[in-house]
Amino acid sequence: MNLRKYLKVYKKFIHTSLASEFEYKTNILIDLITAILSLIGSIFLLSIFFHNNGYIGGWTFEQALIIQGIYTILNGITNTWFNPNLTEIVKHIREGTLDFVLLKPIDSQFFISFKKINPSGFLEILLGFFLLFFCIRINQINMNLSFLTLSLITISCSICILYSLWFFISTTTIWFVKTWNAIEVLRSFLYIGRFPLNSFSFSLRVFFSIIIPIAFITTIPSEVFLGLSQFWKILLEVIVAIVFLITSRRFWLFALKFYSSASS
Amino acid sequence: MAQNIIDVRNLSKSFDISSKEPGLKGTIKHFFRRQTKSLKVIKDISFEIKAGEIVGFLGANGAGKTTILKMLCGLIYPSEGSILVSGYLPFRRKENFLKNITLIMGQKQQLIWDLPPIESFYLNASIYDLNNVEAKRRIKKLSEMLEIDEELFIPVRKLSLGQRMKSELLAALIHEPNILFLDEPTLGLDINAQRNLRKFLQKYNKETNATICLTSHYMKDITSLCKRVICVHEGAISYDGELDSLLKKLSPVKEILIVCRSEEDAIKLENSGFTVKNKIKNEITLKIKNNSITSSLKTILNNFDIEDLFINEPPIDEVIGKVLIKKDYDI
Repeated sequence: MNLRKYLKVYKKFIHTSLASEFEYKTNILIDLITAILSLIGSIFLLSIFFHNNGYIGGWTFEQALIIQGIYTILNGITNTWFNPNLTEIVKHIREGTLDFVLLKPIDSQFFISFKKINPSGFLEILLGFFLLFFCIRINQINMNLSFLTLSLITISCSICILYSLWFFISTTTIWFVKTWNAIEVLRSFLYIGRFPLNSFSFSLRVFFSIIIPIAFITTIPSEVFLGLSQFWKILLEVIVAIVFLITSRRFWLFALKFYSSASS
Repeated sequence: MAQNIIDVRNLSKSFDISSKEPGLKGTIKHFFRRQTKSLKVIKDISFEIKAGEIVGFLGANGAGKTTILKMLCGLIYPSEGSILVSGYLPFRRKENFLKNITLIMGQKQQLIWDLPPIESFYLNASIYDLNNVEAKRRIKKLSEMLEIDEELFIPVRKLSLGQRMKSELLAALIHEPNILFLDEPTLGLDINAQRNLRKFLQKYNKETNATICLTSHYMKDITSLCKRVICVHEGAISYDGELDSLLKKLSPVKEILIVCRSEEDAIKLENSGFTVKNKIKNEITLKIKNNSITSSLKTILNNFDIEDLFINEPPIDEVIGKVLIKKDYDI
């Protein structure tokens, strides 16, 4: 793989995406307002849950805010990269425009995963980081090198798991043509990731750890923030992320053999 | 002698197609127990194409022309048989193979809708690993050939269909491919836009010696661009050869309208042994075989008092229309 070429192409992707989005200024403004209101709404909802009882699943409100911060960052990443690109896969396959992607001398997964960027998601990422820094202060977390490294590793793994899950579902469009609902279900599960895993019943905890690993996405990075995480959990998240990434890649290459292109 | 750039041997393709009975009952049945059957859409076809050739694929809707093009450019895996394009197995989609080909579809677009075409050109240039200087040179050259200038800086959504198609062509040719696959490139264009596009393709083929495989339902595209046609009927090749030979085979006679000086001359001509299509007063229409036109005209001009004379070719659409419904043409 020619890294220089891919960086050059990615620079062009950023340029064309921003230029396209800036054609519609009002839309960006609405997206930015929505991001702020959505975060305020989520914190308000969380405060209601904690109003009568100081603890949920062993977590205080201040600790649960860390999960909210990580969720906001991930949601921002989802809105910046995953949503504009991965929902387009369904459109590409239904309308047959995937043909143009497959005939370009560039990795098709790279092309369809990174072609678009929605700049309004950047604000969410920024807000998420602000919230995290706020939580670090109120929870009196010691920011040392190992803390930063582990946080970076676990958040990166969360991004990989989320991307792989989404990409995997989108790929099934090659056979099922329409998979909007499955993607909506995934997004709904992601909302659940705003709450500590311990606050759910045992069966749900198993479901969100093994079947759809939402737990890995927000809870484990939050535990790292609070110094509660055990080494095996972090290792497990890394393994899950690698397995998911490789599987989604292989599944894409396998699915392309069944691509029949839309009729003209 | 030009080398074969495309070599297709015993190629077949089957698709699993599901069918549904009409009505609510049929819909429910279709939802729970989908019945699929394997349909062979391309049946054991073989042909080769030489470098620099322009070949037209003719056939009715659903005959399999687009499926053949998509297999040639590597989008669809063949079920049986072999394809070699420029020495590559297309479905492996190797980088060097993809740099050699392009696919242009009249009904689908790759340009970024909200941005001027120039942005898409530079994006494609980076994908094909061209530096900015080279990309600029190619954009300039192609835009001159396509006669587009200001349109390059106007958002695609505000361009006319003709301007958009020209921009699509530029985007698809920026890497200077050797082989062009064109699937109904003139679809929906007005007469002038169609003519300009044909003119461009002729020029491009002449200047670069690129091979062009084309499907179109506009007969003018085929007759003005393609010397050779491959007729596809229900997934099989019904004719592969020169377009002229096909036309001669399909319409072996020409119609000649003769205006005589008097009605008596017309009656005399009517009874002289020629095949008469019709006669109105002093005007008579004869059907004469292509191979005896010269001798017949000599006889008529020497023996009858003729005021005027018109030779009519049968309408090309009518002639080609026969190809779309017939299974075999042995020439």
